[in-house]
Amino acid sequence: MVEVPAVPVSPLDAAEAVGRAQQSKGYWQRVRTRLRQDKVTLAMAAVLALLLVMVIFAPYFTLHDPYDGSVLRRLKPVGTPGYWLGTDEVGRDLWSRMLYGGRLSLLAGVVPVASALLIGGFLGTLAGYSGGLVNSAVMRLADVLYAFPSVLLAIAITGILGSGLRNTIIALTAAFVPPIIRISESVTTQARHLDFVEAARASGAGVLMIIRYHILNNVLGPILVYATSLISISIILSAGLSFLGLGVTPPHPEWGLMLNSLRQALWVDPVICAMPGVMIFITSMCFNLLSDGLRQAMDVRL
Amino acid sequence: MSAATTSHPLLRVDRLTKHFPVRGGLPGRRQVVQAVDDVSFEVWAGETLGIVGESGCGKSTTARLLMHLVRPDSGTIAFDGKTLGSAMSRRDLHRQMQMVFQDSYSSLNPRLPAAVSIAFGPLVHGVAKPAALGRAADLLQAVGLDPVVFANRYPHELSGGQRQRINVARALALEPRLVILDEAVSALDKSIEAQVLNLLLDLKDRFDLTYVFISHDLNVVRFISDRVMVMYLGKVVELGPVNWIYRQPRHPYTRALLSAMPSMNPRRRTMAAPLFGDPPNPINPPSGCRFRTRCPYAEAICAALQPELAEMPGEDGRAIACHIHRPGSGHSRATQAGLAA
Amino acid sequence: MALAPASDNASTSPVVSVEDLHVLFTTPDAVVHAVNGVSFALEAGSVLGILGESGSGKTVTLRALIRLLPAQRCRVEGRVTVAGHEITSLSETALRDVRGTKIAMIFQEPMVALDPVFTIGEQIAETIVRHEGAAHAAAWRRARDLLEMVQIPSATRRLKSFPHELSGGMRQRAMIALALSCRPAVLLADEPTTALDVTVQIQIIVLLRQLQRELGMAVVFVTHDVGVAVEVADRLAVMYAGRFVETGPTETVIERPAHPYTAALLTSTVLGAVSGHRLEAITGTPPDVSLLPMGCSFAPRCRFAVDACCAATPPEFVLEPGHSTRCHRVAAGEIQLTRPGLVERASA
Repeated sequence: MVEVPAVPVSPLDAAEAVGRAQQSKGYWQRVRTRLRQDKVTLAMAAVLALLLVMVIFAPYFTLHDPYDGSVLRRLKPVGTPGYWLGTDEVGRDLWSRMLYGGRLSLLAGVVPVASALLIGGFLGTLAGYSGGLVNSAVMRLADVLYAFPSVLLAIAITGILGSGLRNTIIALTAAFVPPIIRISESVTTQARHLDFVEAARASGAGVLMIIRYHILNNVLGPILVYATSLISISIILSAGLSFLGLGVTPPHPEWGLMLNSLRQALWVDPVICAMPGVMIFITSMCFNLLSDGLRQAMDVRL
Repeated sequence: MSAATTSHPLLRVDRLTKHFPVRGGLPGRRQVVQAVDDVSFEVWAGETLGIVGESGCGKSTTARLLMHLVRPDSGTIAFDGKTLGSAMSRRDLHRQMQMVFQDSYSSLNPRLPAAVSIAFGPLVHGVAKPAALGRAADLLQAVGLDPVVFANRYPHELSGGQRQRINVARALALEPRLVILDEAVSALDKSIEAQVLNLLLDLKDRFDLTYVFISHDLNVVRFISDRVMVMYLGKVVELGPVNWIYRQPRHPYTRALLSAMPSMNPRRRTMAAPLFGDPPNPINPPSGCRFRTRCPYAEAICAALQPELAEMPGEDGRAIACHIHRPGSGHSRATQAGLAA
Repeated sequence: MALAPASDNASTSPVVSVEDLHVLFTTPDAVVHAVNGVSFALEAGSVLGILGESGSGKTVTLRALIRLLPAQRCRVEGRVTVAGHEITSLSETALRDVRGTKIAMIFQEPMVALDPVFTIGEQIAETIVRHEGAAHAAAWRRARDLLEMVQIPSATRRLKSFPHELSGGMRQRAMIALALSCRPAVLLADEPTTALDVTVQIQIIVLLRQLQRELGMAVVFVTHDVGVAVEVADRLAVMYAGRFVETGPTETVIERPAHPYTAALLTSTVLGAVSGHRLEAITGTPPDVSLLPMGCSFAPRCRFAVDACCAATPPEFVLEPGHSTRCHRVAAGEIQLTRPGLVERASA
């Protein structure tokens, strides 16, 4: 048998290719580039980063103990020397309360979403890829939970389990799992029918290999965007739960709780009263815009 | 051509049938799409079998049935003498038989670089990652793409022809003996199509491959095939060596199909279309011979009885499913020498 | 730049006249020169086939004739005159009057032209009422006549069908009926048979030829399929990288191609090939129209290219009346292009 030489690379193919070699970028690299060019998203990320640093290293940024109250110092106004944001109704330094409270609020914002992402993402992807009975079982289960408005569901769960940060996180996770299941299942079902998944099956690959190499990297994007948009909702919901007395309990600082307890100050000093609300607003807004920016960056036209 | 002297065909398909249920409708009146109906054929080692037909003929479904991406309702597939399901598992079949899809873009994972897409098959079958990537680089070279440049490229950075080369490389990664090409060059520009066809010819010689080439483009099939199978509405109507099919088509549908090709001679343009209307719906195919509604020679026997695919007497290796070419079938032309060539 | 004459007879003024058409698309990354100086004239009742691969600019040229290009992203330069109207300078309202009446277009995908929520009878009648002010009943009758003209069986019943109830070939015919409803002088066809099965494609080709003769329309037919172009066109223009590289009567271009690209296209396709042997494929890939090279755009892939080819864009050389080429080597007689083998159809 005569050895047939390999088809030579046409000089044009090679030239064109070398010219573009430097630009070879994967999807996530391109997303990163686009994110870096989006000023709004960068600003939001910067604000959040600052907040995070201040909240984590709160002892270095505050002068006073957030639990240290004194009746003499009740409801001091903004600008009081030593207590630059004033004090709350029990005399504790508001600035310290805000920063330490930020820890709990952010925790209650991010952890439920992360847990729901793990649980819901796994279940939804499994349902989407399997189809048939497994799909029906998982989706109907999600439907049952979906039937309850998320706030009511969270209230009901904390009502049963009791108040406290841990139960708040559990309740919120439960509230977020159904929508994440739904979106995971939806994108996975779409991905499953694409030609390259069929080609992968034609290579003899099993379910796990296909999910790992072909499904996950195509599905993670939309799910992640959706999940980040849930963070802002989570923060608000957890604040709401604490406001109602079902979440974090006194004397721990938490923005929602502070909103409730500072209601008394409404007629004395409305500015102090509004401040935890402002923090919730800013944080929630930042996450929202970040999520939007992420979605836009991921909408890369291929 | 391979010097194989095996006595059995490399691929043997026997009475393959697949009907898809149409969703919706009342339980008693569910309709089915008879996509592939009682299809039998053989593919011999080293040859290229071309499958032609129009939309609804079932050629793509046949390809998927061969690759076992779709489970047949009935019928058997035997590779190298071993029946799929008993002597050969699906996984083994996939090591022997691979497929190149039509849409070069959607058949590649947009998130994976070319080398990983190619190496995926070997990885699945236990090859270590460095070895798999090495094989991918060799295959890139074999399909005419410089691995240094193309190994890390993503599908959106490649042209249609380059993507299709990657698809071919991917199909070859598991060292199959038979490759199914499902409209593999249909979406390419004519000049690129020529390059890819040349590549396929080279690879066939180099790796001792057998091809099943599915296309609606009659010219391409004529160029690349040794034998041709013509399908209509889920059934095989004619099968035989390429020159006989193209120069002396016997089945009325094959004749119509070939005469419907645009003329390349501006001085002899087509004056009348050989057939009227579109290919009918595979949901409710006509009774008896499925082509009878458009056949100029249809008679009562054609509506009553479905013609079986039978070898033509005296013409070795040629089969046709038509009452005209079966003496004693009851068709008025069957007593003569069939349709004159 | 010499204007290649469409025919010897200069007394009848051409119904379509295009002078030095340039179309540029502005994108954030680059400027894409989709069409680079196209000029032609088309007589009434004659069919011009524009043959080219993807990226050659053929569809853009066609759309420029009816001004269907997005105004924000593209810039059209040059003069386009259709049936006496100068398309490039018309106002939007005047343009809307011309479209459908003087000049109509059919597409590759009939669902582009047909609205899925209206019956085809309604759509055709609406066009007639809108443009000719006819009464609804008269328009409805005309619609039925049109469906019969395009050979849709059971025309009266089909008037009340929705597009999705028709098969692919029927839908294509319905789209043609819609386009011809106001008897345009010029019909633009953008690959109308590409997506069709072979047996349906030939029906549509034969139908279009018949209608064109009966109605005396001028047709500009864009395709990438040589066989289809040969069947339909009286004159062929081979397009590459936004320019006509060769124009001439179909017989001449097919039998005696005068440009290396035309010859390569005819010999590299499977039509001219011997089974089992390698094809003479054109090397390289279609050009990137955002980065056109200096000089002849086909030079990088041309086996006859010399240094002079890259120096300047070759103008159109008139080889004989009606046949022109953009290859200076062919015009000077330096190279002979082999006559490609014609493939005979299997006799029916």
